[in-house]
Amino acid sequence: MAIYDNIKGIEEEIIKCMKCGNCQAVCPVYKETLAESGVARGKIQLAAKILKGEAKYTPELYKKFDLCLQCQACSANCPCGVKAHKIIMAARAELTRQNALPFAKKAAFNVLRKPALFDFGLRLGSTFQGLAFRKNATGMSPRFPIGLEMRRVIPSLANKPLRSELPETNKASKSRKKVAFFTGCVTNYIYTNVGKAVVEVLNHNGVDVIIPKEQHCCGAPATINGDIETGKAMAKSHVDIFSKLDVDAIITVCGTCGGTFEQKYVELLADDPVYAEKAKAVAKKIRDISEYLVDDLKVDFSKLGKVNMTFTYHEPCHIGRGMGLTRQPLEMLTKIPGISYKAMKQPNRCCGGAGSFSLTNYPVSYQILKKKLDDIQGTDSTVVVTGCGSCRMQIEDGLSQEKMPHHVMHVIEVVQRAYQSKK
Amino acid sequence: MSKAQAIEALVKALGKENVITEHEELVCYSFDATADMPSQMPDVVVTPTNTHDVTEILKVANQYKIPVYPRGSGTNLCGDTIPLKGGIILRMQKMNKIIEVDADNLVAVVQPGVIINDLNVAVAPFGLIYPPDPGTVATATMGGSVSECSGGLRGLKYGVTKHYVMGLEVVMIDGTVARFGGKTVKNVTAYDMVKLFTGAEGTLGVITEITVKLIPAPETKKSMLAYFDKLEDAGNTVTEIVRSKVIPATMEIMDQVTIRTVENFSKVGLPTDCEALLLIEVDGIPEVVEREAATVVKVVGNNNGKIKVAKDDVERDGLWAARRAALPALAQMKPTTVLEDATVPRSKLTEMLVALQNIAKKYNLHIGTFGHAGDGNLHPTILTDERDAEEMKRVHQAVDEIFKVALELGGTISGEHGIGMAKAKYLPLEFGEQGVEVMRKVKRALDPENLLNPGKMMG
Ligand SMILES: Cc1cc2nc3c(=O)[nH]c(=O)nc-3n(C[C@H](O)[C@H](O)[C@H](O)COP(=O)(O)OP(=O)(O)OC[C@H]3O[C@@H](n4cnc5c(N)ncnc54)[C@H](O)[C@@H]3O)c2cc1C
Ligand code: SF4
Ligand code: SF4
Ligand code: SF4
Repeated sequence: MAIYDNIKGIEEEIIKCMKCGNCQAVCPVYKETLAESGVARGKIQLAAKILKGEAKYTPELYKKFDLCLQCQACSANCPCGVKAHKIIMAARAELTRQNALPFAKKAAFNVLRKPALFDFGLRLGSTFQGLAFRKNATGMSPRFPIGLEMRRVIPSLANKPLRSELPETNKASKSRKKVAFFTGCVTNYIYTNVGKAVVEVLNHNGVDVIIPKEQHCCGAPATINGDIETGKAMAKSHVDIFSKLDVDAIITVCGTCGGTFEQKYVELLADDPVYAEKAKAVAKKIRDISEYLVDDLKVDFSKLGKVNMTFTYHEPCHIGRGMGLTRQPLEMLTKIPGISYKAMKQPNRCCGGAGSFSLTNYPVSYQILKKKLDDIQGTDSTVVVTGCGSCRMQIEDGLSQEKMPHHVMHVIEVVQRAYQSKK
Repeated sequence: MSKAQAIEALVKALGKENVITEHEELVCYSFDATADMPSQMPDVVVTPTNTHDVTEILKVANQYKIPVYPRGSGTNLCGDTIPLKGGIILRMQKMNKIIEVDADNLVAVVQPGVIINDLNVAVAPFGLIYPPDPGTVATATMGGSVSECSGGLRGLKYGVTKHYVMGLEVVMIDGTVARFGGKTVKNVTAYDMVKLFTGAEGTLGVITEITVKLIPAPETKKSMLAYFDKLEDAGNTVTEIVRSKVIPATMEIMDQVTIRTVENFSKVGLPTDCEALLLIEVDGIPEVVEREAATVVKVVGNNNGKIKVAKDDVERDGLWAARRAALPALAQMKPTTVLEDATVPRSKLTEMLVALQNIAKKYNLHIGTFGHAGDGNLHPTILTDERDAEEMKRVHQAVDEIFKVALELGGTISGEHGIGMAKAKYLPLEFGEQGVEVMRKVKRALDPENLLNPGKMMG
């Protein structure tokens, strides 16, 4: 049974929880609030009440489930193998069914369902963002309280979205493989250089890169907030778009996008007679860029050009625990000549970003981020490398608030630099 | 009526943000880590940040005759933090400062909300450790573990929590603050109140400050894994190792059910046809560790066992992985995991293990047993499904019988997990009515109206 369609579908998972409380040791939200409702154990017992019909939607109840980063630390650490983060998602979905989402979120997700409108809005945004956002040294802060925290620094939108800058087909000079590239919104609208780096590095390796024009947002923000209808609509549309293509792999540069294609689409469409199998076939082709370069192409990074840089690495939750890629990103970075790696104490601790979480729960989110910043500070590095645009936004916000000198790069940008310095 | 007034008084004393009455939040304090227990919601959850707050809270509770349940991380396994009669959950987690690490006197002073492992991290730079290490070191609080007198894997050599508590500050139900013990190694002044409050499970007073003993960290460790075709051989090995004057830090046993489940689940390469397995770790000064390890190897050989000695840290971690996988592996078999805590004198270990196998057969239950063989502390773990009423009946009968056998063998009903509501009914079996009555008198003297953690231990 699809776990997002009916909370019954997650019953076995709920019952498996032996209430040992081990999740307390790793939950970043719990570490800040020390409230039982903040940790998986408490939320699972609340979910059990929903399952039994003893608890129904209330704004307070929704709020409990909202206070979760989906960082999956609880699930990874659970001795009973309970997929706690999924229970939390299933409960969000159930509560959303019982009561529509808050107006602002709903309006936002409705726009997501209309890619053209979403795209238009964000393009307008890049032209008119000066109206709504005030520029500051590193990015922009919202000028009006439009549901965003006033202090939050968000990066400027790119002048031109990535997908309108690059052609749909990017052929390598000596092509031996062909992949599709799912850019994701953050890369398409903000960090466009990440997308360019992907194409450049793949082309270098004889890989043709198709960037399907009709692609849009993966739908994670909607699904994660419990708007399963929207999530499914986006899933179907992407499954259609990518099934059509004859490619070896589908490349992602964001763990949330990757995990959404790889896991959520399969779960969302599990009961669908037409889409269930198609979703699985698409899921099998998903590769994070680091995974593709290391495991599929087996690139010898030690042969690349020199990059003089001392970096520390933040492992995005959805890359490490979500997609299980803990080895690949560091394997490629540390082999690049000239580069030096200084590990943080807890590279895989959530940065507190978690998409809209950082907007709706800014104070807790910032406390969590503060721990990450302290960890970065303790490393004697100048660059923070990570593999996810959302993490990057979150960390850049913190670095700027704390006036720290570090700057942030995506893993693929470092690799790009190594290729460039070889020339 | 009085409850509403009491809550108002609590808000006045602590401020709104430290007094929670929101339904969704209360649900989350209606249970703890114990399986198969009734759940009950408190009326209010309060969060003190200092001793004065605790005093104010207890005064309100006393004035309005409302029960109070001190709570750390809620990881106890005897239903000790379930607010059986409603009332106030007194959440100690925010009193979490390490007040002092006094390396010269080998002591640390902490607030009760400090997580055990955080204390260990704080004393590590001094080359010291705080030895009690329940399976929950990374989550349980100092206050909770002092109140449960928790043990752990190193019990054989290092003892349990009560061997490390040197001084306490306790707030009594009327708000009186009392201090007992202190930093001196020798302290025999009057009654040993420190020991009384250690293991009192929150029924006599609320602990607000703890002084603990630290010890130098062992210089080195050696881990070994021994396999036995016969249960008896494993039992005899345990006895003979100690008889040879070797006291390992850890001597853990797993029975066949556990071995098979662990192997099935995590493929660590255990021989599934052997009847028992021992994980043994000796620690201390390198020369002594070498000598003790050699003795262990010899004893295992004498008793028909095979042994694997870890050469380095990586191999050591590998061996420990099996032990760590025991509970999780068992817990994944069935939805409900009833973890018991029967303890017998070390020499009766084999008898107890055999008895457990028979009990499993008799009641047709799946019981996996692992535990701290070195100190006779076994954790028979019954795997069941609480939705199956018929099977649960057999589970309860089996539990009764487990404790009966343990007591017959000269053992005790709790080696480290406490009594709480789960085992209160067995107390007369161990102490007789007279013994229990002496304890009740103590309880009545300190908490005459039974407001502190009612329904637990003394009823
Ligand atoms: C998976 C698992 C493994 C475990 N392994 C072990 C083990 O190896 N050895 C072992 O001994 N135990 C073990 N336990 C049991 C449990 O973790 C310990 O008893 C632990 O010490 C409880 O700490 P806590 O902070 O969670 O206390 P809680 O469960 O919150 O409270 C325990 C008791 O202490 C009282 N209390 C809490 N704080 C105070 C205070 N400040 N003043 C007065 N009373 C207070 C409470 O009222 C209650 O009676 C295990 C539990 C689990 C779930
Ligand atoms: S989710 Fe896992 S770790 Fe958390 S309480 Fe349940 S069983 Fe324990
Ligand atoms: S997913 Fe992360 S934030 Fe959410 S409950 Fe689990 S550990 Fe906590
Ligand atoms: S996960 Fe985030 S960045 Fe990736 S497509 Fe979805 S919304 Fe956009």
